[in-house]
Amino acid sequence: MGDKDRPAYTEYHPRWYRKRVSTYWWLQRGTYLVFILRELSSVFVAWGVVYLLFLVRAIGQGEEPYKDFIGWSKHPVVMAVNLISLFFVVFHAITWFNLAPQAMVVRMRGTRVPGKWIAASNYAAWAVVSALAAWVILGG
Amino acid sequence: MADRISLQVLRYRPEQDGQPTMQEYEVPCLKEWVVLDGLNYIKDQLDGTLSFRWSCRMGICGSCGMTVNGEPKLTCATFLTDYAPGPIRVEPLRNFPIVRDLVVEMGDFMRKLVKVKPWVVRKEERPLSEGEFRQTPEQLDEYKQYSMCINCMLCYSACPVYGLDPLFVGPAALALAQRYNLDSRDEGSKERMDALSQHDGIWGCTFVGECTRACPKNVDPAGAIQRYKLSASLAWLKAFFMPWGARDGR
Amino acid sequence: MAKRTLEPMLWLMFSAGGVLAALLLPILLLLFGFAFPLEWITPPTRDHLQAIVTFLDPLARVVLLLFCMLALFHAAHRLRFTLYDGLQIKHLNELIALCCYGGAIAGSIVAAYLLWTVA
Repeated sequence: MGDKDRPAYTEYHPRWYRKRVSTYWWLQRGTYLVFILRELSSVFVAWGVVYLLFLVRAIGQGEEPYKDFIGWSKHPVVMAVNLISLFFVVFHAITWFNLAPQAMVVRMRGTRVPGKWIAASNYAAWAVVSALAAWVILGG
Repeated sequence: MADRISLQVLRYRPEQDGQPTMQEYEVPCLKEWVVLDGLNYIKDQLDGTLSFRWSCRMGICGSCGMTVNGEPKLTCATFLTDYAPGPIRVEPLRNFPIVRDLVVEMGDFMRKLVKVKPWVVRKEERPLSEGEFRQTPEQLDEYKQYSMCINCMLCYSACPVYGLDPLFVGPAALALAQRYNLDSRDEGSKERMDALSQHDGIWGCTFVGECTRACPKNVDPAGAIQRYKLSASLAWLKAFFMPWGARDGR
Repeated sequence: MAKRTLEPMLWLMFSAGGVLAALLLPILLLLFGFAFPLEWITPPTRDHLQAIVTFLDPLARVVLLLFCMLALFHAAHRLRFTLYDGLQIKHLNELIALCCYGGAIAGSIVAAYLLWTVA
């Protein structure tokens, strides 16, 4: 009669109360909301790639299409989407680098490298890679 | 400072209630009193029918975990004066079925704990004549943080994934698996990994990080799980590219 | 023997994509989405960008394709778990996985095509 997970409720085995998790569980704590926003940044990462593929297509088609692409990027709707995307990809980067120390334990000469150094080196790498990318694109 | 504070406590008496209700009590608000002291005052002086778990009252047994003002806390470590003037909501630990009042059903966690084999696994038992295992301070350091777990289950209460998917093995169990995986005396990594590198094991975790925030012992289960994901992925790659080596691995 | 799972591979791709997206998307979006259209900086010529894409052909194309593919997989993986957990639609599990990873694969194919047709 019944089993471990669905016990048979009797007079001597009273009914447990199980609360259903609300669909809006993520609104109930600030940290849950930040988590969901962090996860939704993935949508804007995907848009970023799609936008860059539009750029690649324009480059492939020639000089005029490339200029048209730059012009299209000025369109208010495109700018608005890109502004929100920029916020979310930066948010993704910051949350990613801040979590890196928790996921990686690096030991040097026996002692554990402090988390702040790991995060800092990630940020440094971000700065270096960004500078390099800008240098390559701008004609270095 | 007020000398009394109000506790709003969840009551659930299955023999007479269909739903939980809240009941309010006023308890003295002494400087050194914790929520657990308030609950014991209620049980001793005001309402003997209140049911709750507690034991050591010093943060080492892990029995007194409850939801205080929406946060999972050890009630023996949560001071009344921090919530003055109150009132303080005291509810049972979230994500677990309520048995009665503030008592929750923990069977699910106990079964999952066994599943991760939280003991030193040896391929061959070491004979007594060989003496004890020796460990350097560095080897102890590898797993010490994860050994601090007191099984209080505040992390399960905080974890939204566990709330949404009861099949998820959960933060404490996975951190304890890591505690043994990283122990130099243990040879059971592969066994544990086979059981835990599954969708309801480590791969169910989405690194919310709430478990680490809730943990009263700084175990950092989120970090333990992420490290476990990395070692499980590397083991998977090894098995994929070099299957001949993976038969007997540590 | 526990059942074999693809999750480790998916997670590795998610992690790699996450690192690449974090390192590169901000600057690329800043430049191409704002700095060049708004003329804060003179945009590079089309020929220069074409030279970048064809650098050490096919090395640059492969690198750019990997970047697109991994970033798309990162997004797909994260979105899959968010839909699974956030919206509690677990019963549609296989459908969600199919749509998410399928979308990433489709996007990667488009990326490969576009990158290879840059003359």
